[in-house]
Amino acid sequence: MFEFLDSGQYDLLGAFWVTVQLTLYSAVGSLLWGTLLAGMRVSPVPLMRAFGTAYVNLVRNTPLTVVLVACSLGLGQTLQITLGGGDFESIGFRLAVLGLIAYTSTFVCEALRSGINTVPVGQAEAARALGLSFFQVLRLIVLPQAFRSVVAPLANVLIALTKNTTVAAAIGVAEASALMKTMIENESSALFAVFAVFAFGFVVLTLPTGLLLGWVSKRVAVKR
Amino acid sequence: MSATSVLYDAPGARAKRRNILYTIVFLVVFALAAWWVLVQMADKNQLASEKWSPFVTDSEVWTTYLLPGLGETLKAAALSIVIALPFGALLGIGRLSDHSWVRVPVGAVVEFFRSIPVLLMMVFAAQAYAQFTNVSSDMRPLYAVVTGLVLYNASVIAEIVRAGILTLPNGQTDAAKAIGMRKGQTMAYVLLPQAVTAMLPALVSQLVVIVKDTALGGAILGLSELLSQNRTITANYGANTIATLVVIALIYIVLNFILTTFASWLEQRLRRGKKSTGAVLPDVNAGTYVGDGSGI
Repeated sequence: MFEFLDSGQYDLLGAFWVTVQLTLYSAVGSLLWGTLLAGMRVSPVPLMRAFGTAYVNLVRNTPLTVVLVACSLGLGQTLQITLGGGDFESIGFRLAVLGLIAYTSTFVCEALRSGINTVPVGQAEAARALGLSFFQVLRLIVLPQAFRSVVAPLANVLIALTKNTTVAAAIGVAEASALMKTMIENESSALFAVFAVFAFGFVVLTLPTGLLLGWVSKRVAVKR
Repeated sequence: MSATSVLYDAPGARAKRRNILYTIVFLVVFALAAWWVLVQMADKNQLASEKWSPFVTDSEVWTTYLLPGLGETLKAAALSIVIALPFGALLGIGRLSDHSWVRVPVGAVVEFFRSIPVLLMMVFAAQAYAQFTNVSSDMRPLYAVVTGLVLYNASVIAEIVRAGILTLPNGQTDAAKAIGMRKGQTMAYVLLPQAVTAMLPALVSQLVVIVKDTALGGAILGLSELLSQNRTITANYGANTIATLVVIALIYIVLNFILTTFASWLEQRLRRGKKSTGAVLPDVNAGTYVGDGSGI
C-alpha cells in the first residue's frame, strides 16, 4: 500500500523541508513586522495608530490566497521584483515568504495588542504613582505581564501559519501540498495512503508545537 | 483609547512636540514607500488609465466576470456552513458525552481534521470524487471545495459548540436535573438553545474564514470563484493584473468587513440581552480567542 514511498520517485522529506523553511522564515518575519504593527497600534501618535489599524483590517480580511497570488503575479511577474532571488524557484519561495509575512503579521499584531490589553490599567497607574518613568513602566510592569499572556495566542498563530504554508502551492512553490497533488494524481490506486502520509506529516509538525507551547503558556500564565 | 491606555498618560507639552516629530518622520517614510511603489508601477505601465477604467466604465467586467465569480464564492461558502453546522453540532455534543467510547473517537476525529491544512482535504476530495463517483468534471471543483471546507469547519464548529455549552453556568444543568430531565432532554431543551445564542458571533466569524478559504479552490482546483476571474479579466482587458487584483481584494475586504461588523453587532446585542445568560463566546478573529488559530 505504501510502496510509493520506496520508489525514490518523490522527494517527500524535501517537500516537507520546504514547508518547514517557509514556516520558519515567515514566523520570524511576521513576529518582527507584527511587533512593529502592534507598536504602531498602541502608540500615542494618531497617524501611526490609523496606519496600523487600516493595515491590519485590510490585510486580515483579504484571503491569503489573494495575497500570495498578488505577490506572485503582481510583484513577481508584472513589476519584475525578484527580492534578490536568482532562478524561478527561489523567487517564488521569497515572494511566498513575503506574502505569508504580510498576512500572518496582522494576527501577530492582534495577539500582542490583546496581550497588552490584558494588563489591568491599575498596574500601570500604580507604577506611575511609585514614580517610574514611561520606559520603566513598560519594561518592568506592562511588557512582562503582556508577554506571558500571549504565548498561547502566538502558538495558535504559529500552528495556523504552518498549515497556511500549503497555500504557497497556489503560486508554484514545491512544498508538501504541491507534492501531494502530484502524487495523488499519479498514484491514484494509493489515494488514501498518500493522504494519510501527508496528513501524518502535518500532524507531526503541528501537534508538538501546540502541546509544547500550550504547556509553556500554562506555566507562565499570570494568575489573576 | 488614549484616556485609558495602559502605556501612556495624556500628553503634555513636550510629549505633544515629540508626537508631532514622530508623525513627520512616519509621513516621510510612508511617502517614500508609496512613491517607490508608484514609480515601479508607472515603469511597468500599470498606472495607465485604460488598465483601471474598465472597472468603472465597462459594466461587462462586473456582469460577466466579477459578479458571477462572487456568486460562486458565496455559493460555496453558504453550502459549506450549512452542511458543516449540523455535523459540527453533533461532533461537539459527542465530545461532551459521558461515555468514553463516544467521547474519545469523536475527540480524535475533531483534533485530526483541525490539525491538517484544509487544502489537503480539498485535493484529496477532488481526487476521491473523480475516482469513486460520477460527479461531472465541471461540478467536481465545487464538490471538492465544499467537502474540504465541511470536514475542516465541522471540527472547528464542534469546538465552538463545546465551548458554548461549557460557558453556561452549572446551575442550568443542576436545575434541569432537579426537575427530572434526562441527559438528552437537558441537552436539547436547556443547554443547546442557550449555547446557540452564545456562539452565534463566533459562527459568523467562522463564515469569514470560510469565505477566505474558498479562494483556495479557485487557485488550485479550478473552481470559477471570484479570485479565479483575474485570469479571464487580465486576458480580456490587456494585462491589467494589478488593477484586477486590487478590485478583487477590495470585494473580499468589503464582504468580510460586513460579516465582521455583523458578528460584533450580534455580540453586543447578545451581551445586552436580558433573556440569555449573558454568556457570549469571544469573536474568533479578535485575537483573544485561545483555540487553535482557526480564525486565521
